[in-house]
Amino acid sequence: MNAAPKDGDVVLDVRDLVTHFATRTGVVKAVDGVSFKVSRGKTLCVVGESGSGKSVTARSILQIVDAPGRIVSGSMVLHRPDGSSVDLATLHPRSREIRSVRGAEIAMIFQEPMSSLSPVHTVGDQIMEVLRLHLGMDKVAARARTVELLKQVEIPNPDRAVDRYTFEFSGGMRQRVMIAMALACNPSMLIADEPTTALDVTTQAEILDLIKRLQTKFGMAVLFITHDMGVVAEIADEVLVMYHGKVMESGPVEQIFHAPKDEYTRMLIGSVLRLEQKAEIRLKRDPIKQEAKPVIEVRGLRMHFGEGTNVTKAVDDVSLTVRPGETLGIVGESGSGKTTMGRCLLRVYEPNGGAIDYRRADGSVVDLVSADKETLKQMRREIRMIFQDPVGSLNPRMTVAQIIGEPLFVNGIAKGAELDDRVAALMKQVGLEPAWRERYPHAFSGGQRQRIGIARAIALKPRVIVADEATSALDVSIRSQMLDLMMNLQDELGLSYVFISHDIGVIRYMCDRVAVMYRGRVVETGTTDQVCDAPTHDYTKALLSAIPRPDPRNRRIHARFRYAG
Amino acid sequence: MLRFIVLRLIWMVPSLVAVSFLAFVLIQLPPGDYVTTYIATLAASNEVVDQNTAADLRARFGLDQPMAVQYFKWITGILLEGNFGLSFEWQQPVSELIWERMALTLVLTVSTLIVTWGIAMPIGVFSAVKKYSFGDYVATFFSFLGLAIPSFLLALVLMYIAAVQLGQEVGGLFSERFVNAPWSFAKVVDLIAHLWVPVIILAVSGTASLIRVMRANMLDELNKPYVTTARAKGLSEFALLVKYPLRVALNPFISTIAWLLPNLVSGSIIVAIVLSLPTAGPMLLQSLMSQDMYLAGAFVLLICALTLIGSLVSDILLALVDPRIRLE
Repeated sequence: MNAAPKDGDVVLDVRDLVTHFATRTGVVKAVDGVSFKVSRGKTLCVVGESGSGKSVTARSILQIVDAPGRIVSGSMVLHRPDGSSVDLATLHPRSREIRSVRGAEIAMIFQEPMSSLSPVHTVGDQIMEVLRLHLGMDKVAARARTVELLKQVEIPNPDRAVDRYTFEFSGGMRQRVMIAMALACNPSMLIADEPTTALDVTTQAEILDLIKRLQTKFGMAVLFITHDMGVVAEIADEVLVMYHGKVMESGPVEQIFHAPKDEYTRMLIGSVLRLEQKAEIRLKRDPIKQEAKPVIEVRGLRMHFGEGTNVTKAVDDVSLTVRPGETLGIVGESGSGKTTMGRCLLRVYEPNGGAIDYRRADGSVVDLVSADKETLKQMRREIRMIFQDPVGSLNPRMTVAQIIGEPLFVNGIAKGAELDDRVAALMKQVGLEPAWRERYPHAFSGGQRQRIGIARAIALKPRVIVADEATSALDVSIRSQMLDLMMNLQDELGLSYVFISHDIGVIRYMCDRVAVMYRGRVVETGTTDQVCDAPTHDYTKALLSAIPRPDPRNRRIHARFRYAG
Repeated sequence: MLRFIVLRLIWMVPSLVAVSFLAFVLIQLPPGDYVTTYIATLAASNEVVDQNTAADLRARFGLDQPMAVQYFKWITGILLEGNFGLSFEWQQPVSELIWERMALTLVLTVSTLIVTWGIAMPIGVFSAVKKYSFGDYVATFFSFLGLAIPSFLLALVLMYIAAVQLGQEVGGLFSERFVNAPWSFAKVVDLIAHLWVPVIILAVSGTASLIRVMRANMLDELNKPYVTTARAKGLSEFALLVKYPLRVALNPFISTIAWLLPNLVSGSIIVAIVLSLPTAGPMLLQSLMSQDMYLAGAFVLLICALTLIGSLVSDILLALVDPRIRLE
């Protein structure tokens, strides 16, 4: 027998990994010569933007790349505790050998805990399956071990949780179940593919805590895939920066953040750090006139869903004001009612009570809650919306010119040659080439699509724009560009923004004032600086302290402030 | 769950009342009645029936009374005594006529179902897993061929092959000597020997469409993240296919049970006529043509009742297999 395994022993040694996708339009080199080592007890973070090949790299290790992906060359040597080793790249993806590695020696957890677990099998069934498959346990033993695993990941009432279904759990609990499943056979390595991206920041902090604790306890090697530099700074020992299938830079976390060598790494960290402070455009601007009459004044707004005993108070007695030329940020976690709030401003929903006073350009005031159809139609030209999903919010069968021109055409403002001119001008305004007007949305990148959405929103020269998570689906390097564009347009057109986001960085970068929402209520409002730097409400404190900061020298989410409201 | 079933059963009562009344009215709607048809038949063989005889006949059959009275008599007879009335044409109680036919139809339908699912499920799954492979194209080709060929044409071709090439008796479900014989082991063997022709014919079109549906359902599920999770656990490809995507892909099929049951009566009439099968379909058609009121009424009522029962059964089954439905 060899010496007992100790921290720092190399568990997986990947060299020159190449994974290709053969598509109709040619070969896509998703992973193009990637090398790295993962060691026992250490965390390697693979970071990169969408399309960098980080996820395919992770899946290549277990040979579960979706068709038509194929490992072309390279080696992935797995070193076992008993001293033997095997090159995973040489195994057939359906062979018995690779199957005995999957789930037993290398386990994996995924991004979307809801869809990554079967909806029609109980949690226990799905965990016991691994135990029976790899360890040959009988039903009774497997069940006992499953309860023990659920207890380990801190799921309340593990005895009963075993027999429940995934949809009966919250997002964070589902991810705990995934982790329990991955740990079932005491793997020597855990691959986590964006495991916290779909979760709220406070839940994310809990899951990161849990993974860290289990790693220390069992001495696993962890390969952590993420796009969030904050998370990297919090948990990584080593970092691998990927771009277009290639490794741009790798090294200890300290070096990546404080002495990056590569151009791309510097750009990536730069764009993250930019979102750590207020935008330059905003620092230069004169302060908003405090005495100006608000353009929107929300008083005691209530929006309830459901009836009788089963009422959800999505918006519960909310009061807000938005001044002309100002950006009001609404921040909160999922279920806080921030999106419902935004939709009420356009009266997409019929509020149950309260008032939304909108001051028109001529000084007259209209209550949007009680406005009739005709007035509402008028108001919807002046208050517009930008959506989160740049793919889903554009009709794939309409050209860009049609999409941007639609509000003008529908409202009978312009047609024919005049419409064409207006569309071209709008495209230039948001930084799109007017020559692309005849293209369809699929020909554009995510950032460009969001620009199309912005052009459509400003087509009618609105006075207020409600932006619901407008930059959440974008990569971090594009995010600040998009925010800069929105702020330039704001100053140019004298717009007021209601900016809904879960991302404090984005809020701090562009908002003048912030309202923090929690369970349908506004718990705190104030200027951005005051809320971000000196929060008064405990929930705001907890929220802020759960956000991972991009500085490995200042790790703090493990010592965060917890709010039990 | 139990509460749900009881509620559904209670709701079935008014539906059944409404539906039975509607069935009765519908059958009465065409001009004339059984006596008119009877006289027309006699006239065809040069027998003349005078007005008095016709009126006598009407009185004997109760056809001279108002419709509401006729309906009331009919429905109370069914509810209280299980008496579906008398078939004018066959001069036999309707219930005797129907049950034997229904039993044979059930045998035919169930065996067709087993054959159809037995062939279609594996091929559909294979087609989905090996999407755009040679095997998928072959399966797709044959399933479209099966969809395109009318069943009655296939019936004629198979009858020709069976009669001329194999020298087998065709038509019907029994050899001549067994048609009126009491049930025996030999009769069952004879039934099985005759059953294969209609089963193949009915299965061909059913299989074809089922393969397409199965393939589409599976393709929807195969790329779901939970399949990747199962793969990452180390399950073999076959085991994970059966346990995860197939299980979810089967749900839409359970809904089809709702219209499977009424099909027992009204399905595949044309094939049954071509092959002169002693099933329910041809008898329903004949009773409607000759305005054999009580027989037709019983069949229509049966179709409606089976539709209601079918949807109840499929709802219960869906709730049993899918916890998302059961627990919400």
